[in-house]
Amino acid sequence: MRFLLRTPLVILRLLIQSTLLAINQIWVNKTRSILTTLGIIIGVASVSAVIAAMDGMNKKIMENFEIFGTKKIFLWPQRPSTGPKKNTPWWDIRFRTQEFEGLLEHCPSVEYLSCVSDTQNINARYADRTVESVRLTGVEASWFKIENRNIVMGRPFSFLDETQGRKVCIITADLRDKLNLDNNCIGQSILLGYTPYLIIGLLEDKPAMMFGNMRENQYEVFVPFRTINKTDFQWFRVIASCKNAEVAEEAKAEIQFFLRRSRNIKPGEPDTFGVFLMESEVQQFKKVMGMITLVAFGIVSISLLVGGVGIMNIMLVSVSERTREIGLRKAVGAKPSAILTQFLVESVVLCMIGGAIGVFLGHGFAKLISKSAPLMEQTQIPAWAIVLSFGFAGAVGIIFGMFPAIKAARLNPIDALRHE
Amino acid sequence: MSNTLASSILIRVRNLTRTYKVGADRVYALRGINLDIKTNEFVAIMGHSGSGKSTLMNLLGCLDRADSGTYELNGIDTTKMTASQLAHIRNQQIGFVFQSFELLPRMSALKNVELPLIYSDVSFLRRRKLAMQALERVGLAERAHHKPNQLSGGEKQRVAVARALVGSPSLLLADEPTGNLDSKTSEGIMQLFEKLHQEGQTIIMVTHEADIAAHARRIVAMKDGQIFSDQQASKGADA
Repeated sequence: MRFLLRTPLVILRLLIQSTLLAINQIWVNKTRSILTTLGIIIGVASVSAVIAAMDGMNKKIMENFEIFGTKKIFLWPQRPSTGPKKNTPWWDIRFRTQEFEGLLEHCPSVEYLSCVSDTQNINARYADRTVESVRLTGVEASWFKIENRNIVMGRPFSFLDETQGRKVCIITADLRDKLNLDNNCIGQSILLGYTPYLIIGLLEDKPAMMFGNMRENQYEVFVPFRTINKTDFQWFRVIASCKNAEVAEEAKAEIQFFLRRSRNIKPGEPDTFGVFLMESEVQQFKKVMGMITLVAFGIVSISLLVGGVGIMNIMLVSVSERTREIGLRKAVGAKPSAILTQFLVESVVLCMIGGAIGVFLGHGFAKLISKSAPLMEQTQIPAWAIVLSFGFAGAVGIIFGMFPAIKAARLNPIDALRHE
Repeated sequence: MSNTLASSILIRVRNLTRTYKVGADRVYALRGINLDIKTNEFVAIMGHSGSGKSTLMNLLGCLDRADSGTYELNGIDTTKMTASQLAHIRNQQIGFVFQSFELLPRMSALKNVELPLIYSDVSFLRRRKLAMQALERVGLAERAHHKPNQLSGGEKQRVAVARALVGSPSLLLADEPTGNLDSKTSEGIMQLFEKLHQEGQTIIMVTHEADIAAHARRIVAMKDGQIFSDQQASKGADA
């Protein structure tokens, strides 16, 4: 029992002693040590900088996915390319609102559903102000929830607005300003085309996105779906959202099952509609990103291995320079394991110092990238990358220090003492 | 002779042989050595180069292994020990003094003396204390923090002796301890050895100089890998 308690203490002491000795040894050979660790420094710096850049880009893109909404499911009529309905006219392929009745009850993974009319470009007018080509879309109240667009003033569409197709609209704050409306514009009327609409709600502006925003400068106005699509003769698409990202695939399957039945698609026939899951795009992106990171990491790791060879070289030199010292240490009672530990620790400490300088340098690189490259402002070394880099440097130290250390440990004490 | 002390057998060597391979040939360095050394003896091993005295010294110091025969130190057979076990024996039982001092140049005298204790289970503070005591024994306490290159040859060898003594070994092995020193300094080292001997330290010293060997109480002469003569020196023959 005593032995069991003492052994770790003895090992710990051996490690501490070896570390102090190693630091002393490295300090004595400052120039040589720094030059030797240059490979490790560059290796660790590039590994951590590459990971930082990858991580920063990943974060930025994921953030945009989040803004865009990862829970979204898009549905649209689509003529199959095979099967008996291959040549069905578009007219018959179109969605009908009754096909979606009861969908939410039958699809437990789906949270919201909204029909979306075709978007029209229209002129908006208030008093003497006119804004040309405003995007007018007919949506249901749940659309704002799916798209995560908050109504900051007023109210969303009510049941009556929707069922009766009332001439009410929800506009964005920037359109309000452009039309020179009052700050609180609820209850005022604007002309959309030639029809007057009552403003019932104010929407916060669209959050800025990284890409795919060609219509950035276009103003938006939303009206109840039934106000535009008075009958089912008009074309529309559907947007839905799943309850959370984990059930995205289930939600898709449920919707497909439900729509195939409501659209009378026989088993074996292809779908007459398209489904697009935002979440599967995210997954795809994550996969690709992970792959790129791995490949980049692998490539820069090679520089670490090259650094390791440098370490091995200098450790061999060190062993042969200090052969007499090894002989003496053995003569006064150093066991082979103690000598092995001494040189192994020296190699690991050398690599760790290189690793520390490398992480520091890599941090500098990351700063530089985040300052200079657009879309990369979030570039910084994640904590796990620092741990990983250090671990890698330490592993290089052990792997490449092993051979010289074994060589030292195996030296015959007499031969070592007589070494000139 | 120290018959006055109740002396036990410290070293028992039986039929020890050691050969070296030189090309295809086997060269005998030791041809069946038998030797007993008691506790508190001061033995000089003499012989010309090639007589096998250094080989015997290495075997007695557990730095090397014999081809056949047995070597018991303090009643423990060392013949079949592993490198690690031999290291432990060297650490606990044997103190070495070398011809060329073998001090580590970047360490202070004190640190050099501490070295054997680093490899045994001795705490930092106790290490300091023991090393300081050992330096006091050789009369170098005030030079404890000097580096070897700030010490004279004689002082260096004294530090080496302190290093050999620090672990309270049962055996002090000196290999040509005065080989690199002038005669006056050599005399000083020999007086130190005699003092240690009087304090009860067992010493074995290898030398080829008769006047150095004369300090010992027993002189073992070697020739061609065999013991050629083994005689007690007249007691109290202070040179």
